[in-house]
Amino acid sequence: MTQDNRAGYWRANLRLLIILLMIWFSVSYGFGILLVEPLNAIMLGGYPLGFWFAQQGSIYVFVVLIFVYAGLMNRLDKKYHVSED
Amino acid sequence: MSDLDLWTYSIVGATFALYIGIAIWARAGTTGEFYVAGGGVHPVANGMATAADWMSAASFISMAGLIAFNGYGASVFLMGWTGGYVLLALLLAPYLRKFGKFTVPEFIGDRYYSQSARIVAVICLILASITYVIGQMKGIGVAFSRFLEVPYDTGLYIGMGIVAVYAVAGGMKGITYTQIAQYVVLIFAYTIPAIFISLNLTGNPLPQLGLGSDYMADGGASGLSLLGKLDQVVTDLGFKEYTTQVMGSTLNMFAYTLSLMIGTAGLPHVIIRFFTVPKVRDARYSAGWALVFIAILYTTAPAVGAMARLNLMDTIQTGPIGSETGNLAYDERPDWFKKWEETGLLQYEDKNGDGRIQYYNDADPEFAAKAESYGWKGNEMVKVDRDIMVLANPEIAGLPAWVIALVVAGGLAAALSTAAGLLLAISSAISHDLLKGVIAKGISEKAELTAGRLSMIVAILVAGYLGLNPPGFAAGTVAIAFGLAASSIFPALMLGIFAKRMNRAGAIAGMVAGITVTLLYVFQHKGIFFVPGTEFLMPELGMGPDWFLGISPNAFGAVGAVVNFAVAILVSAVTAPPPEHIQHLVEDVRVPRGAGAAVDH
Repeated sequence: MTQDNRAGYWRANLRLLIILLMIWFSVSYGFGILLVEPLNAIMLGGYPLGFWFAQQGSIYVFVVLIFVYAGLMNRLDKKYHVSED
Repeated sequence: MSDLDLWTYSIVGATFALYIGIAIWARAGTTGEFYVAGGGVHPVANGMATAADWMSAASFISMAGLIAFNGYGASVFLMGWTGGYVLLALLLAPYLRKFGKFTVPEFIGDRYYSQSARIVAVICLILASITYVIGQMKGIGVAFSRFLEVPYDTGLYIGMGIVAVYAVAGGMKGITYTQIAQYVVLIFAYTIPAIFISLNLTGNPLPQLGLGSDYMADGGASGLSLLGKLDQVVTDLGFKEYTTQVMGSTLNMFAYTLSLMIGTAGLPHVIIRFFTVPKVRDARYSAGWALVFIAILYTTAPAVGAMARLNLMDTIQTGPIGSETGNLAYDERPDWFKKWEETGLLQYEDKNGDGRIQYYNDADPEFAAKAESYGWKGNEMVKVDRDIMVLANPEIAGLPAWVIALVVAGGLAAALSTAAGLLLAISSAISHDLLKGVIAKGISEKAELTAGRLSMIVAILVAGYLGLNPPGFAAGTVAIAFGLAASSIFPALMLGIFAKRMNRAGAIAGMVAGITVTLLYVFQHKGIFFVPGTEFLMPELGMGPDWFLGISPNAFGAVGAVVNFAVAILVSAVTAPPPEHIQHLVEDVRVPRGAGAAVDH
């Protein structure tokens, strides 16, 4: 594997990390804490939306984020020929 | 022997027999099996074991109580203790798995080419893990003494004995398979009562949906949602509105959440679980599975907390507020009330002598005036311990005895599984990092395995001793464990992977600076090493309680982590770059190809 290839793989990895961590930040710190008051004006069933993000929604998004990360990293590994098999 | 006793003895006895059976089946024969279960654990199985490892007596017993009485404010625990897994999965686990060694200090020592860095990491690890394990030991003793009417000491010895059997014989291998069984026990114990209670109150069996459904216990007469009903009930009695009450300021909640997230990702007993899977790819998925299993409990907990609070309020305030018969007569209090009164965790004082119970917020000036006009002379529930919420919940909802017995077994499973994981992290730091890595480098594998077992026994004895004689600071320690991990271990690991230029001087300076400011702030509020009377807040210098931007000491780990990152980057920028072979090591860690099983050098 060439140095170029490694650098490209690492850059692609960092790009993916930044996008996923922005979502991670938005659902918890953003919707669950900083914007909780305005969001609470919206109802999701019996839940005020901001409260829902803080006690339910953010956790669901976290789970999805990790599986998306694992899936996309597998593809990246193959694309750059750095996978384990 | 009552029905409940019979059920409790049978269910707890059966689970203990299961754990010992697993221990006999999963003995460890090599150091690889002892430290990382041979490195062949399936990612889903590892996820389940990680979930049990992670969810302690605090998650199982205390968290729903925290939610019940802090409402929205308790969201910091829910987001903090789950969001950390995103950091762990994206920033640490796959790379540390690729590195392929046995312990966290080993990575720090190799990456920063320094025995001192390794020893600093061992000290941080032991401090964080020991303080954590005390809480588990107390949990075991309390569960035994309250439900099996066995003295606290005896309960503790039984718990120590069970952990010793499977952790000493099986090491990580025994612990892993026992934790899987313990996860199953604790998740059933947690969700079954929640389903019953959700059905009672909302008609929806899924607690996650029940919490967002209409309140149906009155046949839908109020037309309110469950949360709306709860908000109404608590504010009518002068308490803060459930769905909006905050913990300190918005900034404090922000820092608190961040502290718990970073701390979670930096706790060694969780990280080492990812050394047990065969591949880098498995480490990524395994973190996802761990969070799935954790999320089942963590998304149920808000419903348990809210519903327990509503049930409690409704039990006491039986009719319209202020009407003569609107409050529960003390003589008619239910059995669970009497039982918890005996433990001192519920306390009633008839302040106005009317023989009825008034439970309201007498610190609220607006409501206090109203209360006076009703002839109320202050809140009469002088003590409502929040830890009883989960344990009393099935009884409050009138569930059968076997459900209550299952909850006891679940609480024990949660405490035992976390204790075992922590004890392994401690014993491997001693036998692998200190003994094999520093003191006696030449020892054979067989000798190291024996040393591992011996240090496990010593760790269990120390933990047991501290459980019997809890130091004064035990109450404040779990938050400290997170603060330590957040301000020391996490930044050193993350920079070790993501900053090729990070060197020894930067990493050590960062760890020392981060942990020092965190400890200073905590000691300033809670006393030097938690000794009462040694607090040194200086209001005259603008250093009153929570003086730094209103951030509480429990939330200060986030600030410590920022200090660590800043100091490490500054110091490394003005000192020599790390040697070339270290830069190669970092490049190698960044790509999955070539990961073998976790190996010794």
